[in-house]
Amino acid sequence: MSDSDVTVSVDGVPRRVPASATVAAALLQLGVTTFRRDLSGQARGPVCGMGTCFECRVTIDGQPEMRACLVPVREGMRVETDL
Amino acid sequence: MNASSAPDVTVIGAGLVGAATALRLAETGLHVLLVDADFAGGGSTGAAMGHIVAMDDSPVQLALCADSRRRWDILSESLPAAAECDRCGTLWLAANDDELATAAQRVSGYTAQGIHAEVLGELELQGVEPHLAPGLAGALLVPGDLVVYPPTIARELVERAVALGARLREHAVVSALGPREVRFRDGTRLATGAVVIAAGVASADLVPGLPIVPRKGHLVITDRQPGLVRHQLVELGYLQSAHTFGAASVAFNVQPRRTGQLLIGSSRELVGLDPSINRPLLARMLTRAQQFIPRLRDARAVRTWTGFRPTTPDKLPLIGRWPSLPDLWIAAGHEGLGITMAPGTAELIVAGILGQMPAVDPAPFRPDRPMPQLESEAA
Amino acid sequence: MSERRRVDIVVVGAGPAGLAAAAAAAARGRRVLVIDQGLRPGGQVWRHQSEAELPARARTLMVRARNAGATFAAEARVVDINSAHELIVDFRGRIAPVGTESIVLATGARERFLPFPGWTLPGVMGVGGLQALYKSGLRMTGKRIVIGGTGPLLLPVAAALAHAGADVRFVAEQAGAAALLRFGASLGFSPAKLLEGARYRGAFLSTPYRTNSWIVAAAGEGRLRSVTVQTGKRQVEFDCDFAAAAMGLVPNAELAQLLGCVMQDDAIGVGALQETSVAGVFAAGECTGVKGDDAGIAEGEIAGAAAAGDLRAARHAALVSRRDAGRRFGARLATTFAPRREVLTLAAPDTILCRCEDVACGAIQPEWSQRQAKLWTRVGMGVCQGAVCGPACSAMFGWQGNAVRPPLHSPAVGGWSESLTHEG
Repeated sequence: MSDSDVTVSVDGVPRRVPASATVAAALLQLGVTTFRRDLSGQARGPVCGMGTCFECRVTIDGQPEMRACLVPVREGMRVETDL
Repeated sequence: MNASSAPDVTVIGAGLVGAATALRLAETGLHVLLVDADFAGGGSTGAAMGHIVAMDDSPVQLALCADSRRRWDILSESLPAAAECDRCGTLWLAANDDELATAAQRVSGYTAQGIHAEVLGELELQGVEPHLAPGLAGALLVPGDLVVYPPTIARELVERAVALGARLREHAVVSALGPREVRFRDGTRLATGAVVIAAGVASADLVPGLPIVPRKGHLVITDRQPGLVRHQLVELGYLQSAHTFGAASVAFNVQPRRTGQLLIGSSRELVGLDPSINRPLLARMLTRAQQFIPRLRDARAVRTWTGFRPTTPDKLPLIGRWPSLPDLWIAAGHEGLGITMAPGTAELIVAGILGQMPAVDPAPFRPDRPMPQLESEAA
Repeated sequence: MSERRRVDIVVVGAGPAGLAAAAAAAARGRRVLVIDQGLRPGGQVWRHQSEAELPARARTLMVRARNAGATFAAEARVVDINSAHELIVDFRGRIAPVGTESIVLATGARERFLPFPGWTLPGVMGVGGLQALYKSGLRMTGKRIVIGGTGPLLLPVAAALAHAGADVRFVAEQAGAAALLRFGASLGFSPAKLLEGARYRGAFLSTPYRTNSWIVAAAGEGRLRSVTVQTGKRQVEFDCDFAAAAMGLVPNAELAQLLGCVMQDDAIGVGALQETSVAGVFAAGECTGVKGDDAGIAEGEIAGAAAAGDLRAARHAALVSRRDAGRRFGARLATTFAPRREVLTLAAPDTILCRCEDVACGAIQPEWSQRQAKLWTRVGMGVCQGAVCGPACSAMFGWQGNAVRPPLHSPAVGGWSESLTHEG
């Protein structure tokens, strides 16, 4: 099944991602593995895939602490990770 | 001290008051046994806001707060990071010019106790706390007040006491007291020199007639809101709420934590020891908080809990001898100031037991002083 | 002030059990509102992007529920209650109370994560977690995967990922071969399940699937590079892009506890009609004990009928028999796939235990009570409120689980406080 793509900006860089993906899946598909950093600066990424673990938190359209696995991508969306 | 010899002092209750007292006693070389029904800091200490505040509801209260806060200044320098000490200061918010004038009159009382306090006008207040709702007349700033995380401090002080030779008995419930004797629920009895009751709301169970009742409070912690609030913010009406005994009351009280999370309080009600969340009261508390900080509306509420303030009819703690038994001391009934007054309380108990000069006049805190009748349900 | 909606029955969760309950209740003329935090109904096991991906019985159930008139609220979650007859619901950020006669809890289950060195590296996910991300758009082609877990979920997930193009390098089942054989024999009562297992296995014959095996450590610099698997007496390292590591499922019972429902072990306690200990509150599916979606559908039918007042239908022999068989299956699951001692003791003192608050395993003394550990170290006090570390601590230290307090799912202060009952 082919998927149309949309453009989202990831840490300031425009990227093409599948229109039906969640932000978490899209970021992982792009090779992004660091979603947030813990208190000692260690990288963290998605774990549970269902909104329970809160490890996939990124800033979406200026809103911080959004669980990327629960949010579908949208054309023009701005995503910021903790790089 | 070997395991079987009687301790010089048995301290019952390892919350912050008991832990501080046990440590000070151990520092003087006395043999101390510290007993707790559960674990150190597991009672009201574990629910507390951790606001070290110079509160001046009365000169007597302020004197003990001031003395105790100075001891916190010294103590905080050696506490571990888990104690989360932060000298963010307190802003007492004045809703109108009358409240601001009253606040201004309090400055001299603070100054007399060596506590720096200054009045901020409306614009200055907006400058230091830009997210406060407009329309406040100003505030009284007490910059030397601190915020701490009490449970880890109780743990730390207990560990220091044990390192100095104090003995610790956790998960041990005291069922009764005899003359220089502590009786446990498991049937064992322990001979002791003096006994110090620092058991918070459970103190009245051990000492019949002790005028302590639990006053329940709610707290809510939010997600990270960096920069939203910089000081502990308390409305001047808080004193009114703390003062009135009758119906349930709320008063605005918000604390910034090191993590950027906010602690939202406060409420007071007399419902015994029922820990369940009172949603209508919680709603009132949160509504009031949003009136002062509108942006709280969008902060996320992560968790709610309740705690019990051990309260006396005249709002002053009970610190000193209780005459029903020889060498029985009380260190309890601090209402919302248990954390603040813990070090100063410990000093008064040590001075009393050793017959030394106290740092603060202990007479107003005599546990068997005449008490006013509890106010009936207020209109 | 937020408007107050009124319905007859709120179904919390749109997985198999919730859909079955909604269909059953709506078919009997009740006004049903189904609340689910996902974008589409289906829960975890029927997660989909297009309905064509779904098994027939899933589509059928969704159609039945819709045609019967049940309303669905997607991206919605219950954050608090004013009573068993008024839920406070966060509808995509707008919070409002919902009045209801009855509630059916179909809140499902989540994975049990047990800590091991390196488990917090990006790329280490749950078993259901990795599958969920694949179903949400993460392509598997050429990705090297190691799966380490337990229970019937392993093979279907491995097969699905292999079918999607992943290079599944190893599937480690921590249960022993003898226990699995006994389990397989007990499935003699359920031939359908045996066939299902064989079909999955056939899908990727070349991949090693070993019992008595588990992931002992993950390694990498800022992201997963490899895992080490203990298999029998050997340890083998596999380079991989993703590791799917979780030990079974635990029921989501937080809302039930908020409502005051009595628990049975770690699940919501229910009687013959799927009723909980709270009048008007029913529960169905994995939240009453992990047992698979067949039984969940039967339980949902029973709960939906019972909530709608049709007790005769709720006692229908065929439904009851499927439900009871499911409970027995669930009991066998629990004993066969209980985490073994070795996987409960993989963590090193510096291995993170509480991911939200960065509390290391070594910070907890095993003799502490849960409350003690919570107050002294903040374990379980972070944003996930113990959803991840809670089951680990329960398995590792025997703790009973946090006392559940409102709110759930961190609602905005404003919307929540407006929906709370105010004093009259």
